[in-house]
Amino acid sequence: MSTTAHSGSNRIAGAGRLVPAKTVRFTFDGQSLTGLEGDTLASALLANGIHLVGRSFKYHRPRGILSAGSEEPNALVDIERDKSRKQPNVRATVQEIYDGLKVKSQNRWPSLTFDVGAINDLFSPMLPAGFYYKTFMWPKFAWKTIYEPKIRAAAGLGVVPGEADTDRYSNRFAHCDVLVVGGGAAGLAAARTAAQAGAKVIICDEQPEAGGALRYETDVTIDGKPGYDWATETLASLRATENVTVLTRTTAFGYYAQNFVGLVERISDHLSNPGSDMPRERLWQVRARKVILATGAIERHMVFANNDRPGILLASAARAYLNQYGVAVGRKVGVYTANDSAYAAAIDLKRAGVDVPVIVDTRDNPSSPVIEEARSLGIDVVTGHAVFSAGGKRRVSSISIRPNRGGSERKVVVDALIMSAGWTPSVHLFSQSRGKVAWDAANERFLPGTYAQDCVSVGACNGSDGLQQALDEAAAAGSKLAGETGFKGKTKALKATGGTDWVLGMIGSAPGAGADTTVKAFVDFQNDVTAKDVRLAVREGMHSIEHVKRFTTNGMATDQGKTSNLHGLAIAAEALNRPIPAVGLTTFRAPFTPVTFGAIVNHARHDLFDPTRRTPMHAWHAAQGAAFEDVGQWKRAWYYPQAGEDMHAAVNRECVAVRNQAGIFDASTLGKIEVVGPDAAKFLELLYTNPWEKLGVGRLRYGIMLREDGFIYDDGVVGRLAEDRFHVTTTTGGAPRVMNHMEDYLQTEFPHLNVWLTSTTEQWAVIAVQGPKAREIIAPLVEGIDLSNEAMPHMSVREGRICGVPTRLFRMSFTGEAGYEINVPADYGRAVWEAVYERGKPLGLTPYGTEAMHVLRAEKGYIIVGQDTDGTVTPQDAGLTWAIGKNKTDYVGIRGLLRRDLVADGRKQLVGLKTKDAHVVLEEGAQIVANPNQPVPMTMIGHVTSSYWSQNCGRSIAMGLVIDGTKRLGETLYVPMPDGVIEVEVTGTVFFDEKGERLNG
Amino acid sequence: MLLIKCPYCEEERPELEFRNAGEAHLVRSPAISEQSDDDFAAFLYFRQNPKGLQFERWRHIHGCGRFFNAVRDSVSDKFLTVYKAGEPRPDVEALLNPEAASVSATAAEPAKKRAPRAKKGEL
Repeated sequence: MSTTAHSGSNRIAGAGRLVPAKTVRFTFDGQSLTGLEGDTLASALLANGIHLVGRSFKYHRPRGILSAGSEEPNALVDIERDKSRKQPNVRATVQEIYDGLKVKSQNRWPSLTFDVGAINDLFSPMLPAGFYYKTFMWPKFAWKTIYEPKIRAAAGLGVVPGEADTDRYSNRFAHCDVLVVGGGAAGLAAARTAAQAGAKVIICDEQPEAGGALRYETDVTIDGKPGYDWATETLASLRATENVTVLTRTTAFGYYAQNFVGLVERISDHLSNPGSDMPRERLWQVRARKVILATGAIERHMVFANNDRPGILLASAARAYLNQYGVAVGRKVGVYTANDSAYAAAIDLKRAGVDVPVIVDTRDNPSSPVIEEARSLGIDVVTGHAVFSAGGKRRVSSISIRPNRGGSERKVVVDALIMSAGWTPSVHLFSQSRGKVAWDAANERFLPGTYAQDCVSVGACNGSDGLQQALDEAAAAGSKLAGETGFKGKTKALKATGGTDWVLGMIGSAPGAGADTTVKAFVDFQNDVTAKDVRLAVREGMHSIEHVKRFTTNGMATDQGKTSNLHGLAIAAEALNRPIPAVGLTTFRAPFTPVTFGAIVNHARHDLFDPTRRTPMHAWHAAQGAAFEDVGQWKRAWYYPQAGEDMHAAVNRECVAVRNQAGIFDASTLGKIEVVGPDAAKFLELLYTNPWEKLGVGRLRYGIMLREDGFIYDDGVVGRLAEDRFHVTTTTGGAPRVMNHMEDYLQTEFPHLNVWLTSTTEQWAVIAVQGPKAREIIAPLVEGIDLSNEAMPHMSVREGRICGVPTRLFRMSFTGEAGYEINVPADYGRAVWEAVYERGKPLGLTPYGTEAMHVLRAEKGYIIVGQDTDGTVTPQDAGLTWAIGKNKTDYVGIRGLLRRDLVADGRKQLVGLKTKDAHVVLEEGAQIVANPNQPVPMTMIGHVTSSYWSQNCGRSIAMGLVIDGTKRLGETLYVPMPDGVIEVEVTGTVFFDEKGERLNG
Repeated sequence: MLLIKCPYCEEERPELEFRNAGEAHLVRSPAISEQSDDDFAAFLYFRQNPKGLQFERWRHIHGCGRFFNAVRDSVSDKFLTVYKAGEPRPDVEALLNPEAASVSATAAEPAKKRAPRAKKGEL
């Protein structure tokens, strides 16, 4: 055997399609290695004779490379470009190598070859399936604090990166007539006919190039050309076709309703130095009129003792490594099979000069041309035999062969073993589309049965085994579906020769790993589930495959049991003595293969996570050094600290300034809805508890909106600008839902009303000027409005001009002081704000933020919906009975308020709470009890909803919801806290200017 | 992501443009304040939530803003039809089986399929 030392000792000159001169350097656990351009990490490691790649999940057994594709359960590694670009659990069989690739093995300590955790393997008789569930049940607290963290540290795979991902991910929506998933022979044939008919086609394949199995099936010709050449040429011509989008390195991971398919395209994971403008991955959200699934089939392993030893791999994988990458998986390769397809691999290896000492075939008298061919090449074909066990630890070193039904054993020295139990059609996406699979008893496999969506399966995933059959079926499907989308055309039929029929084989445990044995024959490599575990699950009473799956975790790893599901099912069915369809198949769910969080989260990070809304005056607040708080999507000025001030000091100063001089506050975020039309007042009568018909033009009223159940939904001040025009304000956070609520009733319950609703939140900037000097400050700036108390009393609205721009001037107050809310068109907001501020500054006008606003309103007992109410509070509970129109016969919530429980005694009512020690500020959310000496758990009779230090009152103030609170005025209640019990007195909710005289100042 | 046809825009648009608004054909009594506890409870709380065909409301909230009704299969997520608010409940049998329905013009079949409202004793 000749080798090229440059790219690994197992590289075979003349084999494969990679160019020997194009070498690539990478490291594995610090060891510097060389591969070739086009290698996967797996092929490059194998070329260097490395099979041991990781340690298993539970027993820490040495594990190697099983497959050559995305179904890989074992060879999971950690790839690190830098600290923030680190990806655990990357399948070595999918990752392409590039210069400078840094790879680390996982789940081992201190090293891959010597792993302390491997002691679990010795204790494995004590660690059967369900062990954790049964053992670590007591004491209860220990599961969270001791057992789970320890078990998690010992088990598991890669380590989550510690830093935020700095890679970029992009996103694209696409529409097409026909989406073809899979670029193997069938997928290409389908795409070709659909494209030639003129349909808009997208074809995707998870590999870097097309061909699927044609990449290693060297005995195939299509259209007179070698299969691989045909595939490459067909893909190139599809790429050159205008109506076709070709996506390679692209996995269709999820099939959702109405032919909505999620694809993820890997753009730069295979590049040494991806450009900084290059995304790492691109998410494609494709809406296809028709979908063609050409997802192929996945080879199964044989289930026998120690079948997980490194160096034991799937036959098709060995063939791919040889024919695509020019890598021999060993120098002395044994073969273990239950079907024909492994023979092709054995023949290719033998022809490449690799020693193939034996083919062990479990079938008694198989006959096939490939068997004869293998024999003619001098390979020892042993039928009716089984590999009972594999020797070697970190690499298979021998296999023990016995007749199926027992007999004398013989040992064959090997350094690799390739195996095939048969092929499992890949029905994952079909099943995700909610299609129902059907059991093909003759061939022991599930195939697409009843379709739920507009899609067709073709080729191996549809059980069409011969190549010619697959091509014909695919071409017919491509032509038919293109026709159904309106594109008709003729395409020359494809003629194929060669290829392996992907049928038959075996499912379940092989001879020697049956129910009478206790050997470790792995079914699911990634979750360390053995045939014995599945049988144990059945003995323990798990009779449905869904239960067996959860008890053993078979098929629950990140590979979703691509190689293991059918084996597990067959073993369970045998143990239950029931037919396989009766035991059932677990549901396939998206994603088909793991998808990065980055691809899903995509652009929705940082500033783009959620829109940020800023008021027209935002930059002014920022320039003043304001701290901001998030209120819904809004950034609101929270407080304006001056030099040396903390939040507490700033808020105290702002609160005092408002009461003594005046304050200026940005209220632009308030929701605003213009309600217009002849029936506007009638509509508001129905939407709010208050009466509106008699509200005079130019007057304001505080309104309460209920849901139909009688609970407070929103509140706000409403101004009547004309008989048929109202300016409605809502809470900042409630604006969108109030608008939706209004539209809902207007469109569906009260469509007879002639009313139009328009959201004007963004159209008005709102400048609140509050305090004894408010009128004096704004007077010189206002034109055309008489501001005198007589002409414009509290709760009135006038239209006029301020600073030369139009205004709706509200005289209203959320502070208890006389004050105005100046509405101006948003574009003028900042200019008017600055003009008012400059005018007021010499008079002591002080900007105040939302925190001071909260304190000031609490001093007056004004509620905030969502803080002092929580969706279970009625107007009566909140002390707002006065706001309900007594003579109204209908409004939303009128019937809800009559519900027995809403009128019964024992409801929580809003009251004031004064701590006995005036300096103690209660915690919002703290629970209130009547007797602090009762045993725990105490009977809680209420909770604190608002609590602040009030500099104006010189003490702490609070409000809370307390059972029968209004009957408890003067009572002492208790708030138990970790540091001790706080005594509080139940009071009214108004702490400052109880008579409300200042409003009219 | 579902594709939903708005009966006002007469266009299929992605689900992102819409918001579901619960069960359709719940009638708010014009004399709601005189409704019995049971009737009001049925209106306020009790919903069919059937496995299978359901009548539901949607709002094309990021489009025309209109509320409309739809018949959707809650198992397959398939929409049978959409119709404007205020229009009568469509004949589901006819939608499912257009030919048979034209022969025997039996309407109001879907109403029978709805489970009876919960009675006081069952609460």
